[in-house]
Parts: sequence; C-alpha cells; structure tokens
Amino acid sequence: MKMHAKYMGLDLNSPIIVSACTLSEQTDNIVRMEDNGAGAVVLFSLFEEQIRHEEAKFKSVMSETSYAFAEALDYFPDLDEFNMGTDEYLEHIRKAKERVNIPIIGSLNGITNEGWIDYSKMMEQAGADAIEINIFFIPGDITMSTSEVEHRYLNIISNIKQTVKIPVAVKLNPYFSAMGNMSLRMKNAGADGLVFFNRFYQPDFDINELVLKTDLHYSESSEIRLPLLWIALLYNKVKLSLAATTGVQSAVEVIKYILAGADVVMTASSLYKNGIPYLKTMNKELQDWMYMMGFDNLEAFRGSMSQQNISDPTAYERANYIKILDKAK
Amino acid sequence: MSKNKKLIATIDGNEAAAYVAYRTNEVCAIYPITPSSTMAELADEWAAKGLKNIWGAVPDIMEMQSEAGAAGTVHGALQTGSLTTTFTASQGLMLMLPNMYKIAGELTPAVFHVAARSLAAQGLSIFGDHQDVMAARTTGFAMLSSVSVQEAHDFALIAQVASLKSRIPIIHFFDGFRTSHEVNKLALLSDEQIRSMIPDELVFAHRSRGLNPEHPFIRGTAQNPDIYFQGRETVNTFYNNMPGIVEEVMNDFAAMTGRKYDLFQYTGAPDAERVIIIMGSGGETVDETMQALNAAGEKTGLVQVRLYRPFSLEHLIKAIPASVKSIAILDRTKESGAAGEPMYQDVLATLVEALQKGLIKKLPNLVGGRYGLSSKEFTPAMVKAVYDELKKEHPKNGFTIGINDDVTHTSLSYDTSFTLDESTWRQGLFFGLGADGTVGANKNTIKIIGENTDLFAQGYFVYDSKKSGARTVSHLRFGPNPIRAPYLITKADFIACHQFNFIEKVEMLDFAKEGASFLINSPYDKNEVWSKMTGQVQKSIIDKKLKVFVIDATSVARDTGMTGRINTIMQTCYFALSGVLPREDAIKQIKKAIEKSYSRKGQKVIDQNFKAVDATLANLYEVDYPKKVSAAVNVLKIVSDKAPDFVKDITAVMMAGHGDDLPVSKMPIDGTYPSGTTQWEKRNISDLVPLWEPDLCIQCGNCAYVCPHSVIRAKFYHKDYLEKAADGFKSAPINARGFPETNYTLQVYVEDCTGCNLCVEVCPASDPSNRSRKAINMGEKEPILETEKKNIEFFENIPWNDRSKIDFSTVHGAQFLEPLFEFSGACAGCGETPYLKLLSQLFGDRLLVANATGCSSIYGGNLPTTPWAVNKDGRGPAWSNSLFEDNAEFGLGMRITADKQLGSAKQYLLELKNELGEAQVDEILNAKQVLESELALQHLRVQKLKEQLRTMSSSPAQHLLSVADQLVRRSVWLIGGDGWAYDIGYGGLDHALASGRNINIMVLDTEVYSNTGGQSSKSTPTAATAKFAAGGKSGGKKDLAMQAISYGNVYVARVAFGANPQQTLLAMREAEAYDGPSLILAYSHCIAHGYDLKDGLSQQNKAVASGHWPLLRYNPVLRKKNQNPFVLDSTRPTMALRDYAYNELRYKVLTMTNPEVAENLMQHAQELVNLKWKNYEELATKKASDFVPIG
Repeated sequence: MKMHAKYMGLDLNSPIIVSACTLSEQTDNIVRMEDNGAGAVVLFSLFEEQIRHEEAKFKSVMSETSYAFAEALDYFPDLDEFNMGTDEYLEHIRKAKERVNIPIIGSLNGITNEGWIDYSKMMEQAGADAIEINIFFIPGDITMSTSEVEHRYLNIISNIKQTVKIPVAVKLNPYFSAMGNMSLRMKNAGADGLVFFNRFYQPDFDINELVLKTDLHYSESSEIRLPLLWIALLYNKVKLSLAATTGVQSAVEVIKYILAGADVVMTASSLYKNGIPYLKTMNKELQDWMYMMGFDNLEAFRGSMSQQNISDPTAYERANYIKILDKAK
Repeated sequence: MSKNKKLIATIDGNEAAAYVAYRTNEVCAIYPITPSSTMAELADEWAAKGLKNIWGAVPDIMEMQSEAGAAGTVHGALQTGSLTTTFTASQGLMLMLPNMYKIAGELTPAVFHVAARSLAAQGLSIFGDHQDVMAARTTGFAMLSSVSVQEAHDFALIAQVASLKSRIPIIHFFDGFRTSHEVNKLALLSDEQIRSMIPDELVFAHRSRGLNPEHPFIRGTAQNPDIYFQGRETVNTFYNNMPGIVEEVMNDFAAMTGRKYDLFQYTGAPDAERVIIIMGSGGETVDETMQALNAAGEKTGLVQVRLYRPFSLEHLIKAIPASVKSIAILDRTKESGAAGEPMYQDVLATLVEALQKGLIKKLPNLVGGRYGLSSKEFTPAMVKAVYDELKKEHPKNGFTIGINDDVTHTSLSYDTSFTLDESTWRQGLFFGLGADGTVGANKNTIKIIGENTDLFAQGYFVYDSKKSGARTVSHLRFGPNPIRAPYLITKADFIACHQFNFIEKVEMLDFAKEGASFLINSPYDKNEVWSKMTGQVQKSIIDKKLKVFVIDATSVARDTGMTGRINTIMQTCYFALSGVLPREDAIKQIKKAIEKSYSRKGQKVIDQNFKAVDATLANLYEVDYPKKVSAAVNVLKIVSDKAPDFVKDITAVMMAGHGDDLPVSKMPIDGTYPSGTTQWEKRNISDLVPLWEPDLCIQCGNCAYVCPHSVIRAKFYHKDYLEKAADGFKSAPINARGFPETNYTLQVYVEDCTGCNLCVEVCPASDPSNRSRKAINMGEKEPILETEKKNIEFFENIPWNDRSKIDFSTVHGAQFLEPLFEFSGACAGCGETPYLKLLSQLFGDRLLVANATGCSSIYGGNLPTTPWAVNKDGRGPAWSNSLFEDNAEFGLGMRITADKQLGSAKQYLLELKNELGEAQVDEILNAKQVLESELALQHLRVQKLKEQLRTMSSSPAQHLLSVADQLVRRSVWLIGGDGWAYDIGYGGLDHALASGRNINIMVLDTEVYSNTGGQSSKSTPTAATAKFAAGGKSGGKKDLAMQAISYGNVYVARVAFGANPQQTLLAMREAEAYDGPSLILAYSHCIAHGYDLKDGLSQQNKAVASGHWPLLRYNPVLRKKNQNPFVLDSTRPTMALRDYAYNELRYKVLTMTNPEVAENLMQHAQELVNLKWKNYEELATKKASDFVPIG
C-alpha cells in the first residue's frame, strides 16, 4: 500500500505532517516524529514580534546592566554577540536537517512586510525544504479596506517568492470575502500551497477578574468542517497544494480531508494529547481504512468527495446548508 | 598571525595581561575579586570559545570557592607539572599568602597577575594602591611591576619566561583601577612572538619536577630544628641569580619587540641632583613631569622600579647617577608604626650597604613619602611638589602628598594650578548616567580612533558609589604620541553632558579649558537652551568663551528608530565636533565602525545607524548665546539645614564630589561613621514615581513591603491630625475594624524613589471601570514634587504607630513598622533589600548585623551615605562588615559578646540586688522578651536601671552600667550573599550553625556573585549561564537548606518574598524567636539574572511554582513537640522549569549560543527539580521521630 504524498513538489512518505507547534522546538522530538512516520515537520513558528521583541529585550537588558557600577561593568559572559531568535531558529533547522531525512518546513508568523524576506532567505540557506508563512493579521483598523488587507497578503507572498527558490505555503485565516478568488490571486503572487486554516487569537473574558483570558485551547475534531468545505471547494480549481490543519485528532479527520482533496494533513493537538508515537497509530489507522476500502494509494480517493467529484456540486455551496438546517428541525 | 606584522589593540590592562597569561598557561585557577575579575572572566570566556594557548591546547579554567582555594589548586597543579596561573587582588592575595610561601619555598615557577588594590583597614576600598602586594613581599615570590597597559602586556610574558628560567614564582602586578581599567593603545604580541620566548626545555623541566608515581619522591615534609634553617638557605643562589635572569629576559624581549625595560629604569638628567624612586603607574606621571622640569632647566631624574623582589643592590646603584644629592622614595602603601614604608627601607638599606662597601661615595639625602592610596589622584603638580621638597636642605621624611594632613602635618602642599603642556592632546570629558550607553560608546570611540588611525588613545572611566542612578565620567585623551598620563583630566577641550539634568547638579564646566566645546543633550533647542541653564553655568560659558552645541539626542534616536539609545548619536557629535579627526574623515570612520559592528545584523540595521548618524549631523546646532548672564545663580544645597553637623561638614562634602578636599582632621579616626545618612541625600534619580490613589487602595501594605528602597511608608493616625495637613496631603479612613476616627496614609518619598515599578506590579487593587488604573501607579514626579516634599515633612511629624499595637504577623501589619534600612544605593528593583528592610522593621532597635562583603555591604555601607538608620529613641541596627570570607565567624563573635556580657550583667544584678531592690532585679532578670510590648517594657526597665547606676559609684555598679544594654534581648543577624554562604564563607557558616548559638543567618541568594559582575557560585542553578560558567552550569545547585537541616537543631527556612510574603514574614519571626542557630535562604531576584526587574515578583512566583525554589521551614521547636518539623509551604510544581527559566537571560543565553547543550542541561535541571520535590514531599509527610531529636 502506497502512502506516498506530494506537497508543493516535496515527496513525502506519509500525508500526515506535524503542524507548527512547540513540540518541534526540540530536535530529539523531530527525530521521534520521523521515526513514528511523520511525512514532514513544519517547525514551530518564528514570530516576527518575537524576533523584534527578543532583540529589543536582549539589547535593553545588556545595555541597562552595563557600565553602571565600578565593580560590575557587566553581568554576562561576552560570547561575541549572542545569537538572537533568528540565529537560534536557523541553527535549529540545520540541526534538524542533519538528523532527519523528512522535509523540514520553516514557519514564519508575522503581519508586516518588513523582515520576512531576510528571514525567509536565511531559512532557505539553513536548509529548510519549504517555508510556511502564517500571515497573522486581524484588520482591527476599521478604515482599512478589503483590498488593502488583500494586498498586504499578496505583497508579502510575492516579496518572499522573489527571494527564495524553495516552495512557500500560506497559512490562511478563513475570513476573506472571496476565498476562492483570493486563493487564485495568492497562487498568481507565487504561493505554492495553501494551509487551511490558522487558529488566530480569539479572546475571552474573565468576568470575575475583569480581564482578558488569553489561554489557547486545542482544536477539536468538530472544527474540521470549515476547512473541509474550502478544501473540497478549491480542489482542482486552484493549482496549488492544499493542506488541512484544523481539528485533526485521529485518522478519521485525515481521511476526511484527503477525501475533500487535501494533499497533506497536519496535526499538532493530537500529539499534545497522545504523544508523538500517536503519529504511528494515525498512519496505521489510515492504512487499515484504505485496506478496508480497497484503496491502494492516496490518489485513489483524494478529492473523491470534493465539490467536483460528487454528483451534486451545489450541495457544497448553499443547498447543503439548507439540508443541515432541515435536519436540525 | 604574521610574525612581523604589528598588531595594534586598544584594550585595558586586565585584558592586556590576561591575553599573555592565558596563552602561556595550561591551568588557571580563579576566583572573582575587583579589580582583577576581568582577567579571570576573559580566561573563562576564551576557554568557552575554544581559544587555544601557544601549545595548541585550551587551558583548563577552574573557579574555586575562594582565593585560598584557588591558590591551593594552583599549588597542586604546579606540583604535578602544569603551567599554572591565577589572577587576584587585595584580600584575595591575602588569602593566597600561605600557599605562596609553599610555592616559592619549593622553587616552583608560576606567575600570579595582580591588579594591586587597597586592603580593608578602617574601611574597605576597591581602588588601587600597593598595600596588597607589599603584604606579599615576604612570601619569596619575585615582584615585577608594570606601569602601563603596554607593560602589563609585556611583563606578563617577561614574568612567565623569567619564572620558568629562574624557578622563582613571580607576582606580576599593576595598579588596580588605573592600569587595570585604563584603555590604551598598545602593540600586541603575536602568538609566535610569545612562543619564541618560551623554550620547550623550560616547560619540560617544569613538568619533570612534577609529582609522578612512575618516579616517586616526597615534597612537603615536616622539618625539625636540625635542618629547617639550612633548608631555607638553599634557595639563596636562585634569588641571587634572579635579577640577572630577569634582565636577560628583558633584553631578549627588547631584541624581539624594540621595547626595552630595565630592572631599575632610570630616566632624566644624567647629572640629576634630585631623583624620585617610584613603582607602578605613578612612574609615568613622574617621568612626564620630570622631563618638563628638566626642559625648564632643572636637574631631576627618576628611577622606576620594575623588579622589586629580589631587590638588586647592583642594579639600583647602577641606575642612580652619582650626581644625586637627594632622593624621595614614593611608596603607594602604608605600614603603620614602621621606620618607613617598605620601598623606602629597601632603598635606604641598599644604599647604606653600598656606602659601606664603597660602591657609592656619599649617602644622598633620603626621604620616603606616601601617595596615591586607594587610587588617590597623583598628578604632575604633586610630583613637582616632591621635587621641590628635595631642594630643601632637610626635606621632610615620611611625607604624604595628595592629601591635607592637618593632624600630624605629614603632607606636602602643592600648586594645583601646575599642569604639563597638554597642547598635543585632545581631551574629552563625558558625563553620563550608568548604563545609558555613554561609557560603551566612549570605549568604542577609543577603538575606532586607536585602531584605525595613527593617533594614540587613552580612556578611563569613573563611576560613583551607587548601584542605581550612578553617574559616570569618561576621560578620553587622543594625541600623536603614546599617552602616559595615569591621572584624570582637569582641563578638557570637549565636555559632553549626556543627561540634561546634570546641568544643575554637576560642576562640569570647572574642567573646561578656555574655548572648549560644550555639547549638551538637550530637550530644548538652540534658542531655548540658554534660558534653561543656571546662572553659574552661563557665567562659566561666558568666562571661558566656550562653544556650546545642542542636540536633542532623545528625539533623533526616536525619529531614526533607535528609541532610548542615544549613544551612537552622542558619539557622532563628538566625532563631528572634537577635532580629533577632520570632520569628514571622522564621520567616515564612524560609519565604517557601524558597518563592522552590525554586519551580522543585516543591512537594515546598518542603514538605521547610518540614518542616525546623518540625522545627528542635521540636528546638531551651535548655540549663539548672549554675553551676559541672564539666569539667577542657583546655589545648590547639598543637604538640608536639619542635617546633623557631621553630615553637613563631612558627608555633604563627599556628596558634592569634593571629598578629596577633606583634611585628615575631619576623618573619624577608626572608621566609625554615624548611621542613617542616606536620608540626607535626595538623589531624585527617577522622573517617574508612584502616585497613590486613596480611593482605590485596600491598604494591604504589599507596596510598602516590596519597595526595595523603603520609599513607600504607611501610618495610621487620628483624623484630627489632618487639620494641620497641607493641601494635597492624601489620606483615607483606615479600613481595619476597631480603629474609629482613624485615617491611613501611604506616603511616597518621591525624591528617593528609583522608579523600579515593583509597587505597581504588586498592587492587587484596581479601578473596576479602568483596570489599568491601580491603587498605585507610576506618574511624573515633576508636577507633584514640591507638594510631596511638604507632605513628607508633615507625614514625618505624625508619630510612628505604637509597635505593641501592631500585628507583626501580617504583611498588612508590617507596613506600620518604621523601616530602619532606607534609601540605599542598591539597584532599582533590587530583590535583596526588601528582606533587609523587613528585618530592620521587625527587630531594628535591638539588631546587630554582621554583613559579609558583597552587594549588601556595598549598598549597606558604601560612603558617602549609608542606609541603616536610627529611630526617634536613638536606637537602630548596629552594622559592621569584616571581610567576605569570615562573616559567619564575625557574627558569631558578636553573639558571644552578647551572651557573655548578658551573663556579666546578670551576675552584677544579683550582686547589686540589695542596692537596686530585689523586685526590680527580679523583674529585669525574669522579663519575658518575646512580644513587642514585653520588649518595650524591658527597654524601660533597663533605662531606669541605667539612670540608677549612674548615681552609683561602686565598681560592680559601673561594670553593670557598661553592659546593662545587653539585658534587652539582642537580635544577631549574619547577612550576606550566596558567594559568601555557599562558597568562600561556607566553612565558617557551617561552623557557626554547628555552634548551637543563637545566631540568625540570612543568605540573600541571587544564585550568582552579583557584586563583582555575575560570576557563578555553588548556588548558581543547573543550566544557567554565568561568568566562569560561560558554557552553562552543568553541576547542581547546592542544597544548603538540607545540609543545615541535617544538624537537627538548626531552624531553616527557604523564602521568596515575591511568591509568599506572609511565609517570609513568618520565617523571619520564627528564626528570630528560636533560641538557637537559624538559617534563612532568601530568593533574591537580581539584575544579574537578565530581565527587567519590574518583573522580579512574577519571576519569584514562577521560581516557586516551577519547583526551582520550594518554600519550606524546618523548625526544631516542632520536633521537640513531637511534630514533623519539616513544613513545605509551597504547592507541588504547577509549571515546567523552562517556563520560569527562559524568561531570564542567564538561562536563555545558552539556548542561543549552544542550543543542544542548553536543552540537555534544561532536561537535567528539570529532573533535579522533580527529584528534589519528591524528596521534600516525603520529608513533609514523615513522623517527628524520623528527624534528628533535640537534646
């Protein structure tokens, strides 16, 4: 049985990819991910703010403690210049590439046009096989128009693509007025793949302390419906690699996403909950299902439940919604 | 490295010496001590980076627990054949003395590099003189003195070679806090040059003498009267040969480098009549002055002593011209009671011997003098005064120069206006605030000019005595010739004021030459700035015809994306204005330097800096000022009129920066100073201060509790007091029950605030309609300053609340106790001082403090002002610092006195029972002194007793009077940091704990040597990086608590006031109440941890929550009651260690320099935390009988 998958031109041994998460902060974990059958690993995100913040924090700590008192002209060993967040990240890519054969995908998370190009280039030089950019932008400024928001995305993509040769995937949020058209424009700007979707910050309130709650919860399998819809809608309509990344708790969600048309499926929360070896379980369950269903390879069923491949494509659009409402009555 | 290529560097003397020491040794055993620490730190850093010595190996750098330990390790490594060195100073050298005798007695080649420093006598001093090396002159070590940064470099090699050749160990020393810290341009020795000076045979010979079981021998025997004496005489030949060997090495060195040195280096007129003999950096000053005097027709000369031990008669006689009539021997040391200072006596003895042997015809007139103790300035004017003195028929012997000794009249007067021709130098003075980037930028300037042009450069940096809000003055000289001027600038061509508020406070323009440039970083533009200056500043500008320039560096920095970093901007101004280089050239150089510095950061950062340079030039304006003074002359009052006379006459002079002018008669004779003087020094170092919101405040007292500088104080009082209050005095009805008609005020001493923000962070109350508005918030000081001054005065007139009515057991109650530790010079946000303040609040009026040297002794006892204070009854903490290593023993001695004198007092009381009355005596003897009300009563009884005794003349009565104070229970506390408790003082601490005496030890545990700049201690946790653990600490942190618990009768607590203030309070009270030894380990967040200290409390919380710092108490009293004495006060860890640790640079840095090691260490550290917690939990659930019983 062939589990081989292709994602943005990269050959993978499995369609199951580890999405950007803190588990990949340790090289040993990445090795374990490979050992347990991960098709690739998207490294934890290097946040634009983190880079800036870290650099600023370091500079201010170092400068605010230097040359202030005769006995202690400074407090830290001078190991030339400390590597900042970027250097650390690049070193991590290098180390990971030394130890595993599966593709390593660098992840950048930012909102502005600055800095991306440098960081992407450095990731490529460090050996990343691809880059996933997570444009984490909430247009809270109500004077900003739809087209301005869209242009920001497209500019970032085209700037990066002019700099690097490795494939670039864009992790999206689902709230574009015209997601389909936006996907096309992103492809035209140079994107090689789309990742559905990022789970951006959605605040909650603590009504006793009257403060914002900022805790993050793991995605749940019930959250797969929105990405499932869009993957199914865009499959074969946009010539891009499609990746799904929300609510993957088991092989069931993996299967659903591939049925919708995803080239690869990403998961992190299942690994937080069950440990890295759970990748092996998911792969096995996927294989078992394929065996049971008589599919010899992924292509045999990829996209079979997409909008194009079912008899009533409009079901995906409006009618399906009406059906659901009817059922709920 | 090319053999013939001249390597140029601009570095300080410490680096210059360490550069060679590291390359020529295999082992460095180290321990930090100012001002030598840098040498050891560099060795450790180089080793961490894998830098190799000249034999291609990375030296093994071993930090020890003390200098005594370092010397022992050096001895062991030497005895087994390693080339071994160490670096030290002052008290450190004192601790090495015993081993030095051994090393020398065994004829073992080694070099100890010493940044010579004062010894602690009537007071400690970190500054330079020769007291330490002079105390080591009897060890048998040879002594080689270098006078400059270049010589510190060269002599490090000469010493190494000479020691290997002669087998005599050498102290290579240079002046601490002059040569050690002076940045100067020098020619570096290449590795090939160094290698060529050390023949392999010498190394092999050293190794072959090492202990080796393959051909064993015994060394270090015990010898008896029959042969010890003869054994001591065996070394004579080696010492006799030593001067010749050193001379030979110096000649070889000269042949290689062109730099020629002599054992006694004579310069001056061949027919000189008056000669100064001197050792150390002062020789440079004498040399330059002597040449100027000779140019004016005088006949003077100078002998600089390079090799002080062995002291070579032959070479000295050769150096002194026959024409000499009088000689002054200048010693930078003091030997009280001696016939003269050491070098004076050496010269005298040598010349007398020479006369007796007929080597000289006549004994010149010889006088000795002292100069430069504790880095006291030694200037050309002083040198001239000495030469002038020698003109006299009977010049003064045993003179001092540089001070005014109006008691024993030893001092020579000198003409302060005398200076040398400084016209070839460009001299700049830069006034900045500690850590504002001024010093760093100036060091960079020296590098740029020194290493990229033919000009010579010199930099020296002066810091004040505070750890927060300290002022720095950078002294920079540039010139076409080597700059040999180891003294401060007094006539500057360029003066820069980097902080506008200095205009009022600092007399900067006293140092301006006529026509000098004066650059001000000013928020006011060129048209407005004149009106913002005081009358005296305007007058100086006009009188000295200064060129005044302004730049709003803060705005330029902000506009160019470099907010808060004015260093590049001010540096650019200097390059543009100083005339050191042509302007265009200068700007080119600065841009080149920027490119070099930031090449790793990418073009964007470089462009940003370039933009700042260009914007600087565009915003730098010359001020066209009127030629008459328009502002009032503002006489700056240093202290309030209410200050005591001592403070007005002496302390205030020091505060004003004129301490050099104080004569001997004004000095306390034995180092005794009045307590509580920080209250007179209103430093006003923070523009932002806490503002109290009475309507929101819940009066919890947390802010007062955590304030490191005792700036926030609380009182409650009858509301009628408010009738006399000025407008703006804030008050609120007290929210405690049972206090009718009572109001509460939280007063902020705004002039003493350092702006640390801890009070705001800890405040739990906020405005429900605006959560960002708390009950205390930081706000601008300026608009409220005058009102608050009046409010503080009013607040001070409200009496402190009656201690017997306050609940000491709660944080809320503790806020009403008067702090007797206030306004220290500790860092803003210090994590140690809240413990000391609380200590002073709880037990201050009967507190004895033995304070180990370290941060707490510096902010606790560094003049001019000190924070341990006195209450209205004249009582307060009595504080003293002995040394670093002996504090536990020192404090134990205090306890023994208290116990002994109490015993005597009781005995006399019984003897005088009839005279004093039985009831009174019994009352005093049987008084329970636990509660504050009981202590207050005992105070009254003892007061009454003393009054009675004063009327009695019998011997027992007088004896009782002299010890009666001990009848009030003394609280003896031994305080210090982890460097003391875990390392250097551990043996004594362990012994004091084992003594069973009623002492209380508080370890202010920052987990690092904070005072000397962040070196690793045995408290430094696994996975943290520190100096001497640059590669991350792999060993575990010592569990001092468990070690103390093993005794069974020691009260032990581990506390963290930021995590659980109530537990801290409880532990301190339990420890004090326990009649036996107590140990409190107090988590102290610190600047050396590497984060903004406003987050200190949050990090303390995380330290506890992660299990890194479990809170516990071990109370032997419970064991006695058959209860489990081990109480865990914190809950099971709720977060991973990394989530606490990686908020701090000390941990984080390793993830950036060596992520794999960091990860491994962090995992290991987590395992240790887990294990520790498991063990603690087990202990906490055991039965009383599982613990050591109390006898």
